[in-house]
Amino acid sequence: MTTREKILANIKANQPDLRPLPEQFTFVSTFPDLTKQFIDVLTFVGGRALVVPDYAAIRSDLETQYPNLTSVATTIPELADLADRTMVVSDPHELADLNLAIIEGPVAVAENAAIWVDETQLPQRVAPMITQYLVIVIRQSTLVPNMHDAYKRLKVDTTGFGTFICGPSKTADIEQSLVIGAHGARSLTVYLLP
Amino acid sequence: MKVGLFIPCYIDQFYTKVAIATLKLLQNVGCQVDYPLQQTCCGQPMANSGYEHLTGGCNENFVRNFAGYDYIVSPSGSCTLHIKHHLHASNESEASAIRSRIYELTEFLTDVVKVSSLKATFPYRVGLHQSCHGQRGLHLSQMSELMAPPFSKPAQLLNLVDGLDLVQLDRRDECCGFGGTFCVTEEAVSAKMGKDRVADHLRHGVNYITGVDVSCLMHLEGILKRANSAVQVKHIAEILTATV
Amino acid sequence: MNQLNLDHASAAVEFNKDEPRVDWHDETLWFVRTKRDRAAAQLPEWEQLREAASQIKNHVLSNMHDLLAQFEENAKRNGITVHWAENADEHNAIIHKLIQDAGVTRMVKSKSMLTEECHLNDYLTRHGIDVIDSDLGERIVQMRKEPPSHIVLPAIHLKKSDVGETFHEHLGTEKGATDPQYLTEAARQHLRDTFLTRKVALTGVNFAIAETGGFVVCTNEGNADMGAHLADVHIAAMGFEKIIPRAEHLGVFLRLLARSATGQPITTFSSHFHRPRPGQQMHIVIVDNGRSRQLGRPDFRNSLKCIRCAACLNTCPVYRRSGGHSYHSAIAGPIGSILAPNLDMKLNADLPFASTLCGSCSNVCPVKIDIHDQLYKWRQVLMKEGYGPGSKTAAMKAMATVLESPGLYRMAGKIGRGVLRFTPVLAENRFNPWYNQREMPEPPAESFRDWYINNKKA
Repeated sequence: MTTREKILANIKANQPDLRPLPEQFTFVSTFPDLTKQFIDVLTFVGGRALVVPDYAAIRSDLETQYPNLTSVATTIPELADLADRTMVVSDPHELADLNLAIIEGPVAVAENAAIWVDETQLPQRVAPMITQYLVIVIRQSTLVPNMHDAYKRLKVDTTGFGTFICGPSKTADIEQSLVIGAHGARSLTVYLLP
Repeated sequence: MKVGLFIPCYIDQFYTKVAIATLKLLQNVGCQVDYPLQQTCCGQPMANSGYEHLTGGCNENFVRNFAGYDYIVSPSGSCTLHIKHHLHASNESEASAIRSRIYELTEFLTDVVKVSSLKATFPYRVGLHQSCHGQRGLHLSQMSELMAPPFSKPAQLLNLVDGLDLVQLDRRDECCGFGGTFCVTEEAVSAKMGKDRVADHLRHGVNYITGVDVSCLMHLEGILKRANSAVQVKHIAEILTATV
Repeated sequence: MNQLNLDHASAAVEFNKDEPRVDWHDETLWFVRTKRDRAAAQLPEWEQLREAASQIKNHVLSNMHDLLAQFEENAKRNGITVHWAENADEHNAIIHKLIQDAGVTRMVKSKSMLTEECHLNDYLTRHGIDVIDSDLGERIVQMRKEPPSHIVLPAIHLKKSDVGETFHEHLGTEKGATDPQYLTEAARQHLRDTFLTRKVALTGVNFAIAETGGFVVCTNEGNADMGAHLADVHIAAMGFEKIIPRAEHLGVFLRLLARSATGQPITTFSSHFHRPRPGQQMHIVIVDNGRSRQLGRPDFRNSLKCIRCAACLNTCPVYRRSGGHSYHSAIAGPIGSILAPNLDMKLNADLPFASTLCGSCSNVCPVKIDIHDQLYKWRQVLMKEGYGPGSKTAAMKAMATVLESPGLYRMAGKIGRGVLRFTPVLAENRFNPWYNQREMPEPPAESFRDWYINNKKA
């Protein structure tokens, strides 16, 4: 008997009689204003949110926020001229000195300010973590109220990797003092297009 | 309404006045109270120590004493909870009847007797210690961990007392650390928990600490006395029967 | 002082020798509990979510065999290699072999309580593998050669001055530096170099999805992602109970997990791994290590529903005042105290007694494990199986004999009250732990029964 068979046999012998899955495991969240809810929570977790009318507004804000920054990459064609390098590399280590990554988020969640990104948006999985600063552009029309709605909208295995990102990386492991910028990005700015 | 009064062993031996107040309180609200003379202990000291298998004798004795009452009432959330969850005996139908008919004093007053007024006066600042077994075990009050509407059966009764000023604590339902034999086997943590609970009450300027479990109060009293504090403990039955 | 070699009560005595520090530890963790309360209160459906999570996990326990088989099949189809380990040794050996096969001697690791349970770091170190923990808290305790004291906040027992000293020694930070921002930055630089140079990365698993054959790893720091996405080989280690049926169930668990753990609405990263990167190897090690035995214990199987949020640690008044190391087990606190006896009853017989049974743990548990009831039940099992000290058993038998007999009880009561009234010195001494920090109750002249007979029967 292999270890696998032994473990599975023990489990089969010891597991209780079948119990059904619950009938209700999704819930409805009603926020008067999804955008406001998203922005409030993102601010609470240390991110920065900006409602913008168009890409020109994003460009102008980025130029103010990150003047003269080099090693900038984006996957968004409308902002391509801001980039001086690409995230499309064969070896993720090539992104080690990436300063700013500008990517899109296809689905965002109002209740917790989490933004889903997967390999459709990410040329390299490590991009949103390895970059010093992260910018995600979302559309208000893609905001869903809560996580149940997000999972209804998503197919998590469309690509090999996807992640919900909520705010900049952080830690409170030293005396519970919150420090923004642990191993991942030191800041997260989210632009909300109409 | 025939009520069997269950006075836990340590109250019988060390807190006579609490038992007397309980008896008076029940009589004041119109109950016909009987105190079975051969009662001893609910068995919890052994059971919580991991020796529930040694509680058969206590269980049999309990059933002999309390079979046949409409209600069994006790001034202890902890002992009541133990009986409710763990009483089994050779006469299992009686044991089962007792399990469903036993009440902690305050829940009996609010839920069965439905007391809406009391002739009691206690013009002091009072802190209510929520004993865990009464609160989380018997649901005498809403628990701070749950996202649910607040209520408190002991506070509801205390609010009927003239002059009483019930304070709000910083941690309204943290355990005091008595914990049965825990109070000696884990003396360091037990005493520290007790000191912290007392400090919360003192921060809010109480004159008295009350509660539904004398065991917790005995523990807190021991700490208050060691600190030479003027603050005293009183079981809720003593306050609900207090007159000026 | 090494708390780990002591039983819980003795370790707690050590911990309580520095009372201001106990107060600080208590307040710090209580603050986390209050953050949890605030986060939970923001969801009107909080209690229903807990119920849904509990029922999903109940289903998982009852359907474990088929869900694991389904997961394995789908994971393999996704290009993930699945390994099975019956115990800690097998788990450690599998991982060691994978590192050897990769031709390296160094590995970076993100948080995995399973690897703590299996003592993986010790094993690999003994076999010449250099392991670096990348979660900041874990890295701190690793440098100090201590185990984590908390499953979510591994270094919660340390003050920033402790961390400053450790970093000064190991990372060359300025002596006396205590600013968390500065210290975290130093760790960021040190670990960034580690992430960039390790070819093998190990992560834990928060949830494994049977339907899709993928798994989810949650971190705030981004360290699991940094390790896994830069490594040629990603190894994910999971206890088999981490399985959930479908991706849509993540909606329930991800709404509960971070809110219960730290009061955050969700962790910074909730990463879903389904297939290796091109050219990467992805391995999953599914571990039993006593879990199938626990699954067979009706009173205790619910402990396997745990999602490791640590809410029960934060709320536990005993944990907050005894510290994680006093539990001498990979997982401290109430949940650890019901998991550990399954691993070794003799070694962990003290843990179910490290509780007042106050019940707060069960109330905060996002999957509604009846933790305090299980503590009570473990006490019964352990004493019945003879893991209690003989003196305690004898004392309990004597106590039962007295308490079950009305005559003996009354006689003992009279003597006890007499001792306290007339010769209190017999009770008030250093051999009576009650008297150490508390006064004894003042005994009345007569018992209630005596009073009742004298006053009512007349």
